[in-house]
Amino acid sequence: MLDVRDLTTTYGAVRALDGVTFTAPQGRITAVLGANGAGKTTLLRTLSGLVPAASGSARLGDTDLLTTPAEEMTRAGLAHVPEGRGVIAQLTVEENLRLGALGARGGGRKADLDRVTDLFPVLGERRHQVAHTLSGGERQMLVIARALLADPAILLLDEPSLGLAPRIVTQIFDLLRGLVDDDGLTVVLVEQNARSALSISDVGLVLDLGKVVVHDDAAVLVDDATLRHAYLGF
Amino acid sequence: MQQLTTTLLTGLTLGAVFSAFALALVMIWRSTRIVNFAQAPMAMVTTYVALVLIDAGASYWVGFVAALLSGFVLGAVIERVVVRHVEGKAELNAVILTLGLFIVLHAAAALVFGSRFRSFPAPFGVRGLTVGDSTIPLTGFGIFTLVSVLVVMGLLVALFRGTDIGLRMRAAAFGPEVARLLGVKVGRMLTLGWALASVVGSLSGLLIAGGGLVHPGYMDSVVVYGFVAAVLGGLESPGGAVVGGLSLGLTLSVVSGYVGSEVVPLAALLVLVVVLLVRPGGLFSTVHERRV
Ligand SMILES: Nc1ncnc2c1ncn2[C@@H]1O[C@H](COP(=O)(O)OP(=O)(O)OP(=O)(O)O)[C@@H](O)[C@H]1O
Ligand SMILES: [Mg+2]
Repeated sequence: MLDVRDLTTTYGAVRALDGVTFTAPQGRITAVLGANGAGKTTLLRTLSGLVPAASGSARLGDTDLLTTPAEEMTRAGLAHVPEGRGVIAQLTVEENLRLGALGARGGGRKADLDRVTDLFPVLGERRHQVAHTLSGGERQMLVIARALLADPAILLLDEPSLGLAPRIVTQIFDLLRGLVDDDGLTVVLVEQNARSALSISDVGLVLDLGKVVVHDDAAVLVDDATLRHAYLGF
Repeated sequence: MQQLTTTLLTGLTLGAVFSAFALALVMIWRSTRIVNFAQAPMAMVTTYVALVLIDAGASYWVGFVAALLSGFVLGAVIERVVVRHVEGKAELNAVILTLGLFIVLHAAAALVFGSRFRSFPAPFGVRGLTVGDSTIPLTGFGIFTLVSVLVVMGLLVALFRGTDIGLRMRAAAFGPEVARLLGVKVGRMLTLGWALASVVGSLSGLLIAGGGLVHPGYMDSVVVYGFVAAVLGGLESPGGAVVGGLSLGLTLSVVSGYVGSEVVPLAALLVLVVVLLVRPGGLFSTVHERRV
């Protein structure tokens, strides 16, 4: 379980996160929603150690995330798929995947490479291709597959649907739901696309100007028309 | 015919040395986006390490290995202590820093080793081989030069393509933030990259010094040629650096043999300008980041 308390992150005078408190229960998907600039990316970057927190705490089980350096995160069981193009474009698909496995808690295993290429057959077909030749959807599959190879307990995803066709988004979301239900993976899913994110999430968290304004069951968020209009735009 | 063979063989050996130097520049450029102007004096310093040992009675090979090892240490220390502060900052900072290092290393070498010309031994003959009654202008040392550059190239390819540490180094160079998130200790990889590049630079220093004279500035002109070779190869690709070095060596040797050695620096400049105008991404540029 991820336990975040009173987390504050500043960029100079900007308080991008302002006293954020929530828990992301194990084996559940928590959707993090909010307008542009609400602090969603900052939340994930603070949790994975890319940006220092100003104050507060964040724990994953026994691990204090705020004192764990970013390069130790995979070994602590946390995988972060960053916003935008997270593939290493100059490496081949297989090298990207191998890199994910190298950071795994138990050290990389060949069998896992086969497992993700079963999940994403297209990656198996393209394993010797340089990653910059992949389509946007294939890249997104690659970064998710690579994160899974680290065998994480918790997966932080920053806008995985960005720029993808709705059909691909559904496919990726269904797959996530499957991993959560079957393997007990915990997911924190940052999304602009609130409607489809909530449709596969258990819990919804809405940020506004760095503060948590709503934290409730996903179903409640979907049903509350006032909330939807105020923060989610659907 | 004899002159053509001479020209080509001289060009190849010269080119091999440029390749090694260009390779060192490319490795550093790829990982830290810094053009390391200090590569020449770094190689000069490590050649002096070999020279001191050899003058004290050690064999050439002891000196050779010591120079490469000291290159490794020097590269690592310079990255850790000096370069670390400008990584990822404005490019001009890095340019000024490596130029500053250039001057500092020069001055330090002159103080420690003196600035007079000293002769440096070669492990193999520097005269042409004789076959029947004709002399081939290929020297034992020339063969050694070509072979050692090819071996180093091969080892680097094996390291980068074939090992986990090589994969981590490339990941750290191409996508430092993503690499960190995947558990790669990026800082350590950059240090290792500088250290290895500096070893390759030291090799080029030893090859240029072999059978010739060494003084604190003996590597300086190589910066220019090595840089041109690296740009020819596209600055990004180790293979490109080697091909760039060999083509530059051959071109300059032809110019020197058929036009005159005094126009060689001009020819190098001309090659640089033409490449930058016609193929700014280097001779072999094909791929571009695909935007999605
Ligand atoms: N490196 C930075 N330096 C200064 N300010 C920053 C930096 N990164 C983000 N900010 C600011 O922090 C605030 C939160 O940004 P953040 O990227 O976390 O928002 P977001 O919710 O992910 O937005 P989006 O939906 O557009 O991705 C914004 O006001 C942004 O301008
Ligand atoms: Mg964002």
